Amino acid sequence: MTPSLNQYLVLSALLFGIGLAGALARRNAVLVLIGLELMLNAANLNFIAFWRFGPHPEKLMGLMFVLFSIAIAAGEAALGLALVIAIYRHRRTAQVDRFDSLKG
Amino acid sequence: MESIIQYLWLIPTAPLLAAGAGALLPRRRRRLSAGLAIGAISISFLLSCAAFWATLHSGRATSNFRWFDFGTTSVQMGWVLDPLGAIMAVMVALVSLLIFIYSLGYMAKDENFTRFFCFLALFAAAMLGLVIANSLLLFFMCWELVGLASYLLIGFWFQKPSAAAAAKKAFIVTRIGDLGFLVGMLWLYAKAGTHLFYDHGQGCLEPAAAGGLVASTAIALLIFCGAVGKSGQIPLHVWLPDAMEGPTPVSALIHAATMVAAGVFLIARVYPLMTPGALQVVTWVGALTAVFAASIAVAQSDIKRILAYSTVSQLGYMMMGLGAGGVAVGMFHLTTHAFFKALLFLGAGSVIHGCHEEQDIRKMGGLRLRLPVTFATYAVGMMALSGVPLFFSGFWSKDAILDALHHWRGSQVPFYLGLLGAFLTAFYMTRQVCRVFLGKPMTVEAEHAHESPPVMTVPLLILAALAVMVGFFGTPAWPWFQAYLDGGSAGFDLSKLMNEHQLPVMLLSTALVAAGIVWSGWIYGRASARPAREADPLEVAQPALFACVQKKFYVDEFYDATVVRLTTAFARFCDWLDRVVLGGLVRAVCWLALALARLDRNVDKSVVNEGFDIGTEAVRGAGQWVSRLQNGQVQRYLRVIGLAFCGLLILLLWGCA
Repeated sequence: MTPSLNQYLVLSALLFGIGLAGALARRNAVLVLIGLELMLNAANLNFIAFWRFGPHPEKLMGLMFVLFSIAIAAGEAALGLALVIAIYRHRRTAQVDRFDSLKG
Repeated sequence: MESIIQYLWLIPTAPLLAAGAGALLPRRRRRLSAGLAIGAISISFLLSCAAFWATLHSGRATSNFRWFDFGTTSVQMGWVLDPLGAIMAVMVALVSLLIFIYSLGYMAKDENFTRFFCFLALFAAAMLGLVIANSLLLFFMCWELVGLASYLLIGFWFQKPSAAAAAKKAFIVTRIGDLGFLVGMLWLYAKAGTHLFYDHGQGCLEPAAAGGLVASTAIALLIFCGAVGKSGQIPLHVWLPDAMEGPTPVSALIHAATMVAAGVFLIARVYPLMTPGALQVVTWVGALTAVFAASIAVAQSDIKRILAYSTVSQLGYMMMGLGAGGVAVGMFHLTTHAFFKALLFLGAGSVIHGCHEEQDIRKMGGLRLRLPVTFATYAVGMMALSGVPLFFSGFWSKDAILDALHHWRGSQVPFYLGLLGAFLTAFYMTRQVCRVFLGKPMTVEAEHAHESPPVMTVPLLILAALAVMVGFFGTPAWPWFQAYLDGGSAGFDLSKLMNEHQLPVMLLSTALVAAGIVWSGWIYGRASARPAREADPLEVAQPALFACVQKKFYVDEFYDATVVRLTTAFARFCDWLDRVVLGGLVRAVCWLALALARLDRNVDKSVVNEGFDIGTEAVRGAGQWVSRLQNGQVQRYLRVIGLAFCGLLILLLWGCA
């Protein structure tokens, strides 16, 4: 039997919550990025689920949307990691709470 | 005639340009300045002669132009060429020319020579402009310019306090008369609507306009006020004797021959406006002035003052002639008087020059041998002024006046006053000549007196010749002058000399003149042999009367005590008003402004500045507080976003529910 829309939504909400908790709680910049990826993928799961249970599942629109999103997420992850590496080289640390040179 | 009228304006313009150029010349360009003035007046003289020649053949010509418009009315100006103006222009230009030349010698040592000729040229320009003016307005403007030139020249030696005071006195006293003139002029404009004298039948002197104009005696009398001031008639005569503080050529030119005659000329010019009532006043004022001034002249000891009072007296005669006889009678005496009075003044100047600036006749004497040319010409002038019969111009012109007075419709009193004046004139002139030229020298200066240079004596000789000759143009036997002014022609008829109208008057005046000369000669001929310190024989005979006359009947003192004192008091009051009331008001306003300014400064300091300071501090503090939120911790921002998102979510769900 195939799962229902609600089950997908609950899964994606859980995934989003885990990602959010990781992004907020972890100190390591890499793990924060991983949290962000989790939240992004939760959103992607929502897109797919809404497309699959929507009125026009045959048109592949949701799939295309998610594919774009994944491509952009890849770019984002690459950019984020590059930033982290650059900051690490500069500050000799990857702890997010030590990055405070933009304070007012 | 048509061509000369086009160029008539050149007559006053030439000296005016000379005056303007002279004013710009540096002080050391003496010869250039004098040359300019004399050249300009020569041009004026030649043009005047041409104009005079033109008037011999035709009557009156005018040239008018519009000066400016205001509203719907336009002010017109212009010049007129008629016998009256032409004879006056020739006389003024000729006398001016001779006196300019004389001044070369008289003023040779003065350091302000350049300025002197500039002023003289200005005077000549104004006087000639006055003579050819065809508009009462233009006449008035030139009249005032003449007054200005007179002021400048009386005060020429302004280092002397007496000269400065005399200049002011002359200016202010004539201004009183001019006020009347101005009012009369405005009134006339209101009545006639034009100030042009002649305008093809539309002028204010022409019958067409006069028909509609009720020629009011008041206007005539107001205009006469101006003439009274300028011509030194009673009661405004006081400035003229004081004007003798100026250089002698100025006294001769302005205060004897020409300017003072401007008042007489004014009356002659506006004669059609003169009503019989106004002419009565003119005659009486003239008569009183003639005797009054002549009697003062008897007791004076300053050579120029005697001549000044004599001028006042003769101007009175001219007024009498105008009032009783008409334009021709008055103008004839004006013309002859101009020549012989200029002669006498220049002669007096020559005497003063020769005696090293001595003016007191009691310190002269015996000058006939030392200044022969001056003595001869002065004697001619004296006889002309006294009216010695047949050969001297003064006799004919004075006789015409006396004759007119004798046949006047009004009272006979002016006639007797005129005779008395003639007697007094002969008396004081003989006294003066005896004191100055006869007898023995009274002082060392008089003993070492020297004759003046030819540049001064030649004008004297020319004027002496004129003083004799001019008279022959207006004798009863050949009344050319009168006919010329009236536009007729004169025939030569010796028998008119002998008719029963004229002969008694002539004989009477001749007898009186002879009596005056003989009596005075008898008194002073003996007195001049005695030392100078001795009192005047008349003073010995009548000390009280003599003192009174010597003090000029206390007219100056009377004016000082009344008019001058009142004016001074009023001026003091105005001064007080100005200092205390107006000054106090100004100070109060000033104080108020200062107080307001202080208040403003304090408000600015304590309220505005403090307020801004507090405001900016508050903004800065708020900024500092807000900036603490921006701590640079990425996760804090994310947390805030998360919380806000949760809040929004709750609000959304709550709102929907």
